[in-house]
Order: sequence, then C-alpha cells, then structure tokens
Amino acid sequence: MTEPLLRIQDLSKSFGGLKAVQNVSLSVPAASLTALIGPNGAGKTTLFALMSGFLRPDSGKVQFDGQDITGRAPHLNARQGMTRTFQIVQPFAAQTVRDNIAVGVHLHVKDRRSALSQAEVVAARVGLSSQLDKPASELTVAGRKRLELARALATRPKLLLLDEVLAGLNPHEIAEMIPVVQGIANSGVTVLMIEHVMQAVMHLAQHVWVLAQGQLIAQGTPAEVTTDEKVVEAYLGHGTAARLRAAAQAGVVT
Amino acid sequence: MSKAMQQLLGMALFVAGVACIPLATNSGVILNFTMMALYAALLAQAWNILGGFGGQFSFGHALFFGTGAYIQTIAQLQGGFNAWTALAMAVGGSASVGVMVGALTFRYGLKGSYFALVTLAFAEVFRILALSVPFTGAGVGLMLPLQESFSNMQFGSRKGYVYLVLGFVAMALGVTWWLQHSRFGAYLQAVRDNEDAARAIGVNPFGVKLGAIALSACLMGAGGAFYVQVFQYIDPGIAYGPATSVEALVAAIVGGIGTLWGPVLGALVLHVLADVTRNLFGQLPGINLVIYGVVLVLMVVFLPRGIAGLGASLRDRWTGRKP
Repeated sequence: MTEPLLRIQDLSKSFGGLKAVQNVSLSVPAASLTALIGPNGAGKTTLFALMSGFLRPDSGKVQFDGQDITGRAPHLNARQGMTRTFQIVQPFAAQTVRDNIAVGVHLHVKDRRSALSQAEVVAARVGLSSQLDKPASELTVAGRKRLELARALATRPKLLLLDEVLAGLNPHEIAEMIPVVQGIANSGVTVLMIEHVMQAVMHLAQHVWVLAQGQLIAQGTPAEVTTDEKVVEAYLGHGTAARLRAAAQAGVVT
Repeated sequence: MSKAMQQLLGMALFVAGVACIPLATNSGVILNFTMMALYAALLAQAWNILGGFGGQFSFGHALFFGTGAYIQTIAQLQGGFNAWTALAMAVGGSASVGVMVGALTFRYGLKGSYFALVTLAFAEVFRILALSVPFTGAGVGLMLPLQESFSNMQFGSRKGYVYLVLGFVAMALGVTWWLQHSRFGAYLQAVRDNEDAARAIGVNPFGVKLGAIALSACLMGAGGAFYVQVFQYIDPGIAYGPATSVEALVAAIVGGIGTLWGPVLGALVLHVLADVTRNLFGQLPGINLVIYGVVLVLMVVFLPRGIAGLGASLRDRWTGRKP
C-alpha cells in the first residue's frame, strides 16, 4: 500500500477545559475525495486548523507528503502544496476577484502580468469568469464561496482542505457547486472536505470520517457511515438508534 | 494602454511639470511652497507604504524621520562624511530602525491600535534618548554649519532643494507604483485585507510587513535628512516629536491611503489650507495642526477613501451603496 498524502496520528488539542480534538488519527490517500463530517461543535474546523498549521496541537503528529509538518506555519504548508479554505469566507474585500485570485497564483508565479492572466483561467474553472472585475465585497454568498475555492486552487495544491464550501448555499447553488468540486478532484487534486450537506457527501466522497465531540467515531463509505448506529446517535441523540430499531420492528416506520 | 503604463506616463508628466517650476520663476514664495509641499508629500508617501498598502497604522513615523535627520547631521559633524554619503547612511540607518521595530512588533502579531501605540511609544523613547545622550547635543540640538556647495548638499537658492526633494518624491512614486504592480505589493495588500486568508495561500505576513516597514522607513529617513539639509538644525522635539508623525499620516489619509496619488494630493491640499489659514489668522502657533485635525475628522466621516477616492465615494453616495 502506498503512503497516504496526509496522515495524522493521535492529534489532540484543548482550549482550557474543552477537549476540542482528542487522539484523532486519520489518513487521506492521494488523489482521493474524502469527507469529514460530524455534528456542530465536533471539532472539525479545529482539526483543519491543526493540519494546516493555524493551530499547534498539544500532542500528536501531522505528516504531509512524507514530511512531519506538525505545527509548521500555514504559509510553509501552502508552499508545499496544502491549502485550506475557510468556512466563514475571507475575501480580500477591497480587491477585485481577479486580484484576489492572483494572490494565490503568485505562490508559483512571480510576474504580475502572468499571475493576472492565469487568475482568469482559475476563475473559469470555478465559474467566476463573468465577475473578474467586480470587487470581492460585491459578490453573493455563492460567489464568495467560489472565490474562496478559486484562490486556494490558484496555489496549485496537492491537497485541498475545503471547510464547508456548500454551507449557506441554496439547493440550486449546491447543485451547481457539486460538479465544480468534482471537477477539481478529477483533475488530480486530493480533496478533504468538511461538509454538512449530506447530498454532497453521498455524491462526492469516496471515504468518510465522522468526528463527534473531538473523537473519531466511525469511518467508511458514505453508505456505511450513514447507517452506523454511533453516527446516528451522535447526530440525533443517545438512544435514538435503539428507538428507531424498535419502531421499525413494530412497523411504525415514520 | 494598460493602467500601469498610464500611471507611469502620469508620473513622468508630474515630475517634468514640477521640474519646470524652478525654471519658470524666481519667486521665493512659490519655490518655498513647492519645496514644502513636496517634502510633506514625501513623508505622506512614506507613511502610505506601511499604513496604506500594509494596513499598519503607525503613529510614530517620526521615529524614522528623526533617525534619518540625526544620522545625516552626526555623520557630517562628527564622522566627517560627505553629505551624500551621510544621506546613504541616514536612509540605511532608518531602515535598520524600521526592521528592528518591525521585528519586535510583528513578531508578536501587534495590529491596529496596539501597533499604533507601540510605534508612538518607540518614537517617545527615542526622543527621550536623544535628550539624554551626548552625541545628539541633547536638548540644545545640533547645528549643521552653513557651507553652500553641491557636495555639502547645500544650495544657494531654494531651487536646488526643490530638485532634491522632487527626486525623493519621484523615487517614492516609483516604489508606490511598484507596490501596485508586483507580487510583493499584492502580498502586502492581501495581508492588509485579511492576514489569515493570505497565510492560507502561502503568504508569510511577517516577512511582507517587515519589508514594508523597511521601505517606509527608508523614505521617511530621506525626509529627515532633507529636513536637516534645508533647516540646518535638529533637536529631539523636532526629530522625534509627534508633529511629524501626525503630518505624515494626516496627509496620506486626507489624500487617500493605498493609492498612488493620494499622499501627493493630500500634502498639496493641506499645505494650501495651512497657508490660507496662516494668512487669515496670522502666525498663531499650531493653527495648522488644528486645521489638520478638523480636516481629518471631516474626511474620515464624509470621504473615507480620501481625495483620490472622491469619485468612488460620490458614486456610492449616488447609488446608495455602502463603501
């Protein structure tokens, strides 16, 4: 078996008395599309921050592309090929869409003019071509999510960490965005996505990790985890799985 | 023609136009006004690099100004250096102080009002040091002897000084233009607008801000050196007092921060205003600072993008869009 692109081992992080992430180990094979799901407050975004270097873990190890990158600064990780997006979009609001994307392109392109022209190519990949000259502050939520994606993509990542790129979008916008994410994965970029929209997870992910209260509780294909009792309980409350089972047996299927 | 080329053309026309003023007139009033407006523009341009493009609002830019002024004086008086060599030392020395302050503050991620307060404090520390140590002449200050010659960077008429400061302003315009059309400038503005987002896509905010404060300090140091060459006297209050810091930031904010022409426009407008009020109120000491304060408040409330952003602000008002 080949070495996974990203491997984390026994990662833990506490904020005061709150154990946000506890002894989490997972791996992401190269050229895969993996999802990380879990109820609100499960520690998914904290886990992303630990992987990408925005937070330093209390203990545990992060390995990326064969190197130990535990606690390394985010910009160094980006240079090595790991780029994250933010759940709460973070555009350079005063700048145009083109300028925003060009900042990402600049990671590998020094020349300003070629960075600006390559920004157009990236914009086309996420469907932002018509808005290149708009200030980022004038984009809709869906537009900003695309911009967030485009900027990350512009750095030519090996591994893209997507933090809820579909959150806040309406069903129509979600349906438009799913093929964009699929297209990125098909182009050879490894994707790890935090996602609440199960429609997207079922559609896109080959493998799913489930996090609840800072701990991994299940993993498998989307179909496997959605029928896992622990996962059902994590989302719907303790004892739900048993009640559902009893209800099903009694024939009162709701 | 691309925007970058248009700007270069505009800059060339501006420099050529101003260069004609000393050829066209011998009027001391006009030459003095031109010199002082350009000098104010230089300080504002220096502040604009860090404050406007980097989003780091310094309240203590006098720190670099004073350091440049003192090095320029001491290198000549006590070091026996030629004025032009002294200028290089002044610029380099200011940049070193900039890097030192930057390394200390940015290392700990100081931003916003914290950064402003720390820079203010540094300027005060240097002012008190300059009052205490012997080689600055302490409270008495230092006097540069009058010896007019090109190698002493002392000119018989204001015309020489106009050309000298015009050279600095042209350089500052060049640096500002480069910030708008280079990777470094793009990174600097990205850090200003959202540091975390910039880090996530490979920008090292510490390095970028350090570069910006060094550039900014270089130009401010040149401003300090120029001041000493013109007025031939420096003391701790002039060098490190808050007046210079305020003048630099007000002119930049009034003109429009983060723009190519804003600091130049702001300096010009403020100097016209200061001259008009001086004629109206006589030589009431400090009246120009009062006017600066009023103008600053009005600008921040009504034209947050400054004079250079006048068109955009009016358009927003017209269409009812929030800036």
